[in-house]
Amino acid sequence: MNPTLADFGHDNGWIVALKVVGVFVFLVVMTLFTIWYERKVVARMQVRPGPNRHGPFGLLQSLADGLKLAFKEDIMPLKADRVVFFLAPVISTVCAFTAFAIIPFGPFVSIFGQKTPLQLTDIPVAVLLVLACSGLGIYGIVLSGWASGSTYPLLGGLRSSAQMISYEVAMGLSIVAVFMMAGTMSTSEIVNAQAKGGQGELFGFEFTYPGWYVLLLLPSFVIYAISAVGETNRAPFDLPEAESELVGGFHTEYSSLKFALFFLAEYINMVTVSALATTLFLGGWRAPWPITQLGPWVNQGWWPLLWFTIKLLILLFVFVWLRGTLPRLRYDQFMRFGWKVLIPASLIWILALAGFKTMNNENLPGWQRGLWIGGFAVILLAILLWPRKRPAPKLPLEEEVAQRPEGSFPLPPIDLQVPVSPRAKRITADREPVQ
Amino acid sequence: MTAIDVMLSAVGLVAVGSALAVVSTQHLVRAGLWLVVTLGAVAVEFLLLRAEFVAWVQVLIYVGAVVVLLLFAVMLTRAPIGRSTDLDRPIGPALLIGAGSGLGLAGLFAWVFRDMRVNPPPTGSAQRVGEAIFGDWVLPFEVLSVLLLAALVGAIVLSKKDT
Amino acid sequence: MSLSAYVPIVWLLALAAAFGLFSVGIAPFVGPRRFNRAKLEAYECGIEPTPQPIGGGRFPVKFYLTAMLFIIFDIEIIFLYPWAVSFDMLGVFGFFEMVIFIITVAIAYAYVWRRGGLEWD
Repeated sequence: MNPTLADFGHDNGWIVALKVVGVFVFLVVMTLFTIWYERKVVARMQVRPGPNRHGPFGLLQSLADGLKLAFKEDIMPLKADRVVFFLAPVISTVCAFTAFAIIPFGPFVSIFGQKTPLQLTDIPVAVLLVLACSGLGIYGIVLSGWASGSTYPLLGGLRSSAQMISYEVAMGLSIVAVFMMAGTMSTSEIVNAQAKGGQGELFGFEFTYPGWYVLLLLPSFVIYAISAVGETNRAPFDLPEAESELVGGFHTEYSSLKFALFFLAEYINMVTVSALATTLFLGGWRAPWPITQLGPWVNQGWWPLLWFTIKLLILLFVFVWLRGTLPRLRYDQFMRFGWKVLIPASLIWILALAGFKTMNNENLPGWQRGLWIGGFAVILLAILLWPRKRPAPKLPLEEEVAQRPEGSFPLPPIDLQVPVSPRAKRITADREPVQ
Repeated sequence: MTAIDVMLSAVGLVAVGSALAVVSTQHLVRAGLWLVVTLGAVAVEFLLLRAEFVAWVQVLIYVGAVVVLLLFAVMLTRAPIGRSTDLDRPIGPALLIGAGSGLGLAGLFAWVFRDMRVNPPPTGSAQRVGEAIFGDWVLPFEVLSVLLLAALVGAIVLSKKDT
Repeated sequence: MSLSAYVPIVWLLALAAAFGLFSVGIAPFVGPRRFNRAKLEAYECGIEPTPQPIGGGRFPVKFYLTAMLFIIFDIEIIFLYPWAVSFDMLGVFGFFEMVIFIITVAIAYAYVWRRGGLEWD
């Protein structure tokens, strides 16, 4: 008996309050933990011990950092737009928290005798809520950059928003396949749809395919994972805060708790995209295969919370791993990758999957399928091998000079000998051996 | 008056009030922010009228994309911090045209639909929207793709120099 | 759908907003305040801040084009979602409708690509 859409919206007032506070605390604790986790893992990758002073294994390090930030001076730059400068971190935080409202943590549990799904709430268009929240999160960034009244934050904010809208497209396209398979946009139903595999037939072979969409829709998952890293501004796509170019990016002028809020929002966004990946592709809160052999209890009660958290931590580890291994991309490489690779690839994948499903639904005979697939492959090859637009041939220097309009700036001769400076002459003269 | 009616009117007031702020504020970028509030309030109105999918589309497209485009467009030309005192605002004629057409439209609607009683339709889920678009409204849907094409060509022509 | 499913979302939003506003509001009172004129200038790694151009300066038209592309594809995505959700009910006709739609948008996309609208240099 798993929660479905109809089971939501019937909770008591105090259960709602409990769940809201629960989600809030979960996110704050996850943020504190993830910062420690990231520092520890990156440290181990670089053969350092990492934080190890505060609490066991240095676990309280990020709490100490957060408290210390609270007692730092709150700086308001003279040229800032005061109202917007105040509001921007709040917008970021609110969007980050709200997106987590529809993530399923588990099946029905009983809280003080009340049977309720282990999920804050669910709506028929739940995934749109996450997309909308990440879309609104852009405002926090572009406004903080603009309101600071400073050059680097402005550039960082603009860059960051262009990056986020580009990768939001890829992210939105990558989850279309999930909706197609599950037939719904509600997160609890998507988790249910992945519960059991199905029977498939390909070229006459019967086989049982597993339910997790990561196996079924691998290209979607890969595109989702890449665009999630771009969407959360994490390494190797952390161009908005490329320290070597933009100091800190959009939050350069922020200090104290306002800066802490941006930090919080960034880490919550990381947790949210990981949780959404778990829900959409990794079977949600369901136990993975070898554990399911232990009995039905593994998918009941509070146990799924454990599986969910483990999957979340594995995905977060991948985030840290990427940061520990890959160098940052250049901005033009990054945008080219998003627009010229991820988006066309996901469109073609959606079409291919839709065609395959249509053929299955219509029960086409084998030779007709072969015909369609062959035709699709031919068109695809034609697009891939389409000749590129050649850049205009570079003229030799004489012709280029001849084409210039009358009175242009004179071109220095190619074999120009730079005259030696008087100072250098003097030095060499000084060193001349005395006859 | 049910609770929904009260909420509808309250959110409607928010939408109208923030829309007035859009045209009356002298801060260019803050006008864009007020527009976000207006469009967000319209989304809430859709939600209260049980058009759930349309409500989220409103948030995603209008709040999440169109206003971002507007902000970018403002920043392309100028986005000063603080008041822009050099804005050209003929208040009298603008007030006449804006208030006149707004009130006229509102009056017209109220008069035309004065005897109409509409039962709340079934909730607007994504499935129902999908079946309606791809079953009954195929031609408008395909024409829309041509519109998108035209929009993109226009953007390129505006922003790219001839090569 | 019942609006009651939205109540927890509103509460979570309210809690997050209260938390954010509280943190932002309390920050000036908890921290120290030591006035220093240079501290309030724009931060540019220690050199004199570049004077801001009058009117806030201008930006490459590139960003505008990216936002425009984003809107086009966002609209396409918004049509893909209801199509994907009711895919099994639409049948072959629904499939070919979407193929035509995607191809039309792909023509626009190919045009932008060809005109160099996707280059960033």
